[in-house]
Amino acid sequence: MTTSFLATDNWWDLRDLSNLSGAILDALDKIAPQGVVYVAAPIIGFIGAFALFTLLSQLFIGVLGERKIIGRIQSRYGPNRVGPYGVLQPIADVLKLLTKEALTPSTADRLIMYSAPVVFVMPAILVWAVIPFGPNMIIADIPISLVYYLAVTSIPVLVTFMAGWSQDNKYSLFGSMRVVAMAISYEVPLVVSLLAIVVLTETLSLKEMVLWQDTYNIWLLLVQPLVLIIFFICASAELNRTPTDIAEAESEIVAGYLTEYSGMKWGLFYGMDIGYALAASAFAATVFFGGWTLFGLEEWVPPWIIFILKVWAFYFLFIWTRGTLPRLRIDQLMAFSWKYMLPIALVNLLVVCTERILWTDAFDGDKPFVYLFAIVNIALAIALVVGWARFVGYRPERTPSRPRLVREAGGYIPVSSVSGEGR
Amino acid sequence: MEGFGVTVAFWILAAFTLVAAAGVMVARNLLHAVLFLVLTFLGIAGFFVLLSAEFLAMAQVIIYVGAIAVLILFAILLTPRSGRQNSETRFALPATLLAICLAAVFIFVIFDADWSEVEEDPSLAASELGEALVSTWVVPFEIASVLLTAALVGAIMLVRSPEEEAEDALA
Repeated sequence: MTTSFLATDNWWDLRDLSNLSGAILDALDKIAPQGVVYVAAPIIGFIGAFALFTLLSQLFIGVLGERKIIGRIQSRYGPNRVGPYGVLQPIADVLKLLTKEALTPSTADRLIMYSAPVVFVMPAILVWAVIPFGPNMIIADIPISLVYYLAVTSIPVLVTFMAGWSQDNKYSLFGSMRVVAMAISYEVPLVVSLLAIVVLTETLSLKEMVLWQDTYNIWLLLVQPLVLIIFFICASAELNRTPTDIAEAESEIVAGYLTEYSGMKWGLFYGMDIGYALAASAFAATVFFGGWTLFGLEEWVPPWIIFILKVWAFYFLFIWTRGTLPRLRIDQLMAFSWKYMLPIALVNLLVVCTERILWTDAFDGDKPFVYLFAIVNIALAIALVVGWARFVGYRPERTPSRPRLVREAGGYIPVSSVSGEGR
Repeated sequence: MEGFGVTVAFWILAAFTLVAAAGVMVARNLLHAVLFLVLTFLGIAGFFVLLSAEFLAMAQVIIYVGAIAVLILFAILLTPRSGRQNSETRFALPATLLAICLAAVFIFVIFDADWSEVEEDPSLAASELGEALVSTWVVPFEIASVLLTAALVGAIMLVRSPEEEAEDALA
């Protein structure tokens, strides 16, 4: 698949920003000693992908947009005092966090407590190395970028644990243990479902996946709808977004692993949570929504603008669920992962493997069959989601006879005997 | 493969990994030791990258940093009587002897191995790794998966409380 839409490779052709960075690096290679380009290239990539895109998105889409949209969802205005329509609110927030006193408990493990927010930032930056903004706009075009994404996003779990443990506060420890238990549980269906995508496209590279979608003129969203659903739920669980943010459930355990953090140390956690959500959106936009391609429009509009708009559109889904859904309980979340998502992910993987073998051996990889598979898989996704929910689901009991959670606390007193109201 | 950058990266990684590994032994606090262990794992992943085995490096990070280190942390936190301080125990002497035996085996293998350099670029693509796993090495692969499943079922059976079992018998 050639990149035919690139009319020129002049440095001023903004349809592909890698022309510009390539021109800078070429010029640098001529004047600087050998090897300097290898240091300069990641710095340019960092400025482009992280400083210019991610940080600004975090501030204005993540902090401001999220608060505005959630405000609208909850029938209030959201921030509207600082600047016109409140657009300067994130800057005011950052200033406030920077000037706030950073408290540290006297019994805390200071080294780990101070280093945890810093270490938390590192994977959030590293993950952008493999996200393809355009056909040539990838900082590190490695053949296993999907595995790289999974590896890098598994590190924050450990950092969360460091943060929660170091504070010497039992609520922090509860919070971080919830994070870890949940992250381990949700990693399993996530990886199993992404395996289905890998089997179908026969590649581990995010760029190749985009090209696959371009070749067959279909988004993987349509071929593998179930994987998108599972990815979305697992990503929001690992990111502690609201339907699943039991780790910071303020009605149960104060603020979870963030209890003792204040000032900018808290701000780093908060900001980078948004950064990980943006990275997950970028991953989803690449894998499920065709990345920088838009059925031919990428020949007219710069591909990176299409990609960024897709990332923001997917991030809106995160905001939407955050503003709409109530928080789940921890046992519900764990049961949902192991009893619901893992079985349907395994069935989906089995079906996709069968399709792949049929496609390669019986149909000689004919192009139209991918549309047949899409229809089959959409039907399968609906059947699995509904059918398995019917199978494992149960009618919610109004007056549970023996709830398990309060058994430790000495039993359960039915509310109805105290007051007959509220039925 | 040869090059100034690779050599510099090798020595930096080697120093990093060795310091972290020493930290595992020296740290008195068990949780600090686990965090040093994580740094060691990351250093090893860096070596895999230097050997152009990127897939192994990523697998190392996912499995060791993302899963095994977390499991060790859980084990330390959830075991009621495990000492948090890495103090002297009566296992100190047997453990030292075991470590010396292990080191002897490693040194023997290192000196015995045939460290011939491969001329052409070795192909370590993930697809070929996967093919080898389900063709040449299918029996160890299957045995490992059966073992893991058995361990999973065993763990669930171990932690079931008698009440839950009675409940399931009724249902």
